[in-house]
Amino acid sequence: MIVAMAIGLAAGVAAGMLGVGGGILFVPALVIFLGFSQLDAEATSLLAIVPVALVGAWRQHGYGNLRLGEGVALGGLSAAGALGGVVAANSVPQRALELGFAALALAIAAQLVHRAVREDTP
Amino acid sequence: MGGRRWFKLGAIGTAAGAFSGLFGVGGGTIIVPLLILWLGYEEREATGTSLAAIAVIAAIAAGLQGAYGNVDVQRGVLIGMPAVAGVLAGTALQQRVPQRAISLLLAGLLVVVAIDLVVR
Repeated sequence: MIVAMAIGLAAGVAAGMLGVGGGILFVPALVIFLGFSQLDAEATSLLAIVPVALVGAWRQHGYGNLRLGEGVALGGLSAAGALGGVVAANSVPQRALELGFAALALAIAAQLVHRAVREDTP
Repeated sequence: MGGRRWFKLGAIGTAAGAFSGLFGVGGGTIIVPLLILWLGYEEREATGTSLAAIAVIAAIAAGLQGAYGNVDVQRGVLIGMPAVAGVLAGTALQQRVPQRAISLLLAGLLVVVAIDLVVR
């Protein structure tokens, strides 16, 4: 339990630094250290993400780094995307999806690095 | 907000939703870089706005999973509480690092996600 809570702390720091929910650390912590199944871990991780994202967005609002309208719109539109994802999961081979998204993630990473290296101002 | 911007927001939301729906990886990994690359956000703005989007997505999804009885509320709170402390520290720390460093950390995270998808 102590280890899982320590990983929770790390997940929160990552969430604040990078604007992610922290599920990438919550899920393995719940599976490996608390014996959750993958499905239960993903479901419970979602609950843990809610307060983290709310507090993080509130703090970023204080720092002047939040576009609330676009953020909420994005969240609503993602719900539609998740439904599409479930349909795709049932019609396309899982392995093709995994490799396709891996390629997408690498392409985005390359663009981020290119942009960061090109910029003169920090 | 123009139609073109709405279209891009829709595309980013769809990709993020599909990503998390398919792989159980949070949408933020996709939302933050696409806000930067497509909509011209600065890194800090992208992360703050992404967190607001994630709060909406996660609340809806957690509610649905809760209806199926898959959510362990007690242990979700136990792991979420230190994470709330962590996000306070993380956002404060983020204000002190260059925006470029955030981009490079994100790129590293995306590479880790890609490797995880390939080797699973």
